[in-house]
Amino acid sequence: MYKITKSEQLSENEYDFWIEAPRIAAKAQPGQFVILRINDNGERIPLTIAETDPSNGTIRLIFQVIGKTTAELSKLNTGDSILDLTGPLGMPTEIKNYGTVLIVGGGVGIAAIYPIVKGLKQAGNRVITILGAKTAELVILQEECRYYSDELIITTDDGTLGVKGLVTEAMEQVIAREIINCSWAIGPSMMMKFCTLTASKHEVPIYVSLNPIMIDGTGMCGGCRVTIDGNIKFACVDGPEFKGTDVNWDEFISRMKQYTDEEKQCLTADQKVQVTPHG
Amino acid sequence: MARRSRTKTPIAEQKPAVRKSNFDEVCLGYTIEEGQAEAIRCLQCKDAPCIASCPVMIDIPGFILAIKAGDMQEAADILGRYTNLPAICGRVCPQEKQCEQVCKLGKAKNFEPVAIGKLERLVADWALENQDFSTLSQSTQPKIGKIAVIGSGPSGLTVAGDLAKLNYEVIVYEALHDAGGVLTYGIPEFRLPKRIVKKEIQSIEALGVTIETNVVIGKTITMDEIMNEFDACYISVGAGAPNFMGIPGTALNGVYSSSEYLTRINLMHSYEFPKYDTPIKRSKNVVVIGGGNVAMDAARSAKRLGAEHVSIVYRRSLEELPARIEEYHHSVEEEINYHWLTNPIEYMNDGHGNLNGVKCIKMELGEPDQSGRRRPVPIKNSEFTIEADTVIEAIGQGSNKVLLSTFPELKLTKWGYIEADPKTGETSIPGVFAGGDIVTGAATVILAMGAGKVAAVQIDKYVQEKKQTPVTTKV
Ligand SMILES: Cc1cc2nc3c(=O)[nH]c(=O)nc-3n(C[C@H](O)[C@H](O)[C@H](O)COP(=O)(O)OP(=O)(O)OC[C@H]3O[C@@H](n4cnc5c(N)ncnc54)[C@H](O)[C@@H]3O)c2cc1C
Ligand SMILES: Cc1cc2nc3c(=O)[nH]c(=O)nc-3n(C[C@H](O)[C@H](O)[C@H](O)COP(=O)(O)OP(=O)(O)OC[C@H]3O[C@@H](n4cnc5c(N)ncnc54)[C@H](O)[C@@H]3O)c2cc1C
Ligand code: FES
Repeated sequence: MYKITKSEQLSENEYDFWIEAPRIAAKAQPGQFVILRINDNGERIPLTIAETDPSNGTIRLIFQVIGKTTAELSKLNTGDSILDLTGPLGMPTEIKNYGTVLIVGGGVGIAAIYPIVKGLKQAGNRVITILGAKTAELVILQEECRYYSDELIITTDDGTLGVKGLVTEAMEQVIAREIINCSWAIGPSMMMKFCTLTASKHEVPIYVSLNPIMIDGTGMCGGCRVTIDGNIKFACVDGPEFKGTDVNWDEFISRMKQYTDEEKQCLTADQKVQVTPHG
Repeated sequence: MARRSRTKTPIAEQKPAVRKSNFDEVCLGYTIEEGQAEAIRCLQCKDAPCIASCPVMIDIPGFILAIKAGDMQEAADILGRYTNLPAICGRVCPQEKQCEQVCKLGKAKNFEPVAIGKLERLVADWALENQDFSTLSQSTQPKIGKIAVIGSGPSGLTVAGDLAKLNYEVIVYEALHDAGGVLTYGIPEFRLPKRIVKKEIQSIEALGVTIETNVVIGKTITMDEIMNEFDACYISVGAGAPNFMGIPGTALNGVYSSSEYLTRINLMHSYEFPKYDTPIKRSKNVVVIGGGNVAMDAARSAKRLGAEHVSIVYRRSLEELPARIEEYHHSVEEEINYHWLTNPIEYMNDGHGNLNGVKCIKMELGEPDQSGRRRPVPIKNSEFTIEADTVIEAIGQGSNKVLLSTFPELKLTKWGYIEADPKTGETSIPGVFAGGDIVTGAATVILAMGAGKVAAVQIDKYVQEKKQTPVTTKV
């Protein structure tokens, strides 16, 4: 069992947990993730390791409520435990001094870029970070990202914080004014696809982190497969980070919808269970 | 003494019409009386060819004699000396190609061999019901050494059990949340109930073995740490990485690897969705590619999930089918269709990213290839399409790379498996032993167990010798 040492709600649908997992805390690198299962009937779901505290033996997970498992997770409190937690999984981000780097995080993807921002800053890069979200309250980890960035740009769809507009517009402006040696974009698939188009238009190398549906996370089922530069790769062991320009985006986006119907059914079944006590 | 029957004592099975819509076990097993009737058929040959053809050399005539005498405890004790997983072997071993194939009774005209596998199962099930594992005596002597076992499939469990019996401290590390390897995530409930797997694993834990789940060696713990902390280690990570044919349409929704399909069903209980949270597609028309046990398991699982039409597409003919013949017969009884001498060439898109058919081509058998089997060659202009909303590729697995990619010092074969001496389990690195599918490529439960038995003896020898040399060297 893995104990939740701290839980906090960040916004209407986003939660921030610290969980006891000393072995994982000691090993995790930026770009890696865990797979967890809440209880015996549960699904195995992947979440990025947003931060670690090796001295306390804890890891930080930030997640958005999407379906049944994340909804159940959000109901747990400090002191509660989850049944299974495995990691750190996936290949770490290649952290080194590139020069000037541009890092774009969208929505809950900000949780995944935060360790990369921190790592690249500590490796001596000049770090420009763009955080984007629908509205002000969804721009998570602002202070943490600001602390490790030479420049922080915020964009929101509704203009409630920072610049009104899309992250790709902010990217264009940064690329227009200075030389970017490498870039990262993590967020919704559509955002990553368009960030890739923007970066590649200006010949800036770009890495994205793919979040396909996973089961084991150890390269054993092939469920997380993605087409990278024409070859089948398993995101859990070969990735989750890939060169954005190598990703077959249409296929990736289509495969994310595999279980939409079943997942709806699962969520409704869950809600039925919850409403029964009230009659 | 009763006259020796020519044929095996019949065994009760769930009727095909009933079982094809449930995941309960197909074969119901012998009663003790039926087992005794079958045991009488054994000739008790002095030279017992059955023993020699068993990869773990079980004293087969010995335990059969005990059944005949009605002494189930004695039968269980005999089995327990050779195997830690008899209820599993009694169910999934390819008996027809091992012990039963060489049975002298079976060589006599018009006689069937003794049903050795079914008798093994009878004894093992009796032991699981009647023996209390918690009272098994664990030695209080100081431990000889500390051994890490990586992977909790049949190979790892066997080496762990045997080393615990030799008084070692053994920790088994398993990447998934449940132990058992393919026994847990691959072979379906209707052939191997998970309750049986769990019980046999408990019997190994009762010997003093610790199993830690959710630990991925190479990630959670590095090989360096393992080598520093333990006197020796045994790598049995299996060969679980699925291959894909790589034909157009592989990325369509509805295209599964058998590993994903079976893992969802077995490990994650998706056949009980939504009681369990992991979903699986319940399709109308399912096509399975391949002809091994894995293909059978996938096809029969699809039927049980409610598919109306399930077809197996195999590029050779029935004669070359690698699956166990018992499973083939069961599949035919369950109305699985076969397209012999056929290969898929493309998965068809319904226009929305979903599969709606499998385009196939007919094959004929040409000259023999390196494997000695005649090579299937496509017949021109013989394409046809099978309607399908799910296709499952069961065309074989490769080595599991999670650990290997972090341990480049370890010598691999040209196919990417670990190079290990089959007689000792030794790898290119002293103190590191390996066995099971990760050495042989996808094989069988009993061969994986056999490798574990061999390695246990050798690991003991290695540690004892090392302890006698004054300089302590790293593993
Ligand atoms: C490597 C990796 C790292 C991730 N890191 C984070 C993270 O740090 N924070 C976070 O909030 N989420 C992260 N995700 C996504 C997270 O795993 C999913 O949101 C979660 O599995 C949804 O589970 P559920 O049962 O709540 O929803 P489900 O009921 O399973 O799904 C509901 C809907 O979400 C979609 N969905 C299913 N699986 C995924 C997925 N893997 N990614 C995106 N959408 C999905 C489905 O298409 C469905 O429509 C990550 C995914 C991967 C692969
Ligand atoms: C669907 C299916 C049906 C089969 N049917 C039969 C049958 O009827 N009869 C028969 O004899 N054989 C059958 N087989 C083959 C048989 O199951 C295998 O040969 C056998 O399980 C191999 O045992 P193993 O111990 O080498 O590996 P596995 O059983 O594959 O176990 C390996 C274990 O190691 C774990 N692991 C991997 N990497 C790591 C890591 N880095 N750290 C920690 N743990 C790790 C895996 O999660 C897994 O649990 C079947 C196989 C399949 C897939
Ligand atoms: S999640 Fe199974 S192979 Fe990646």
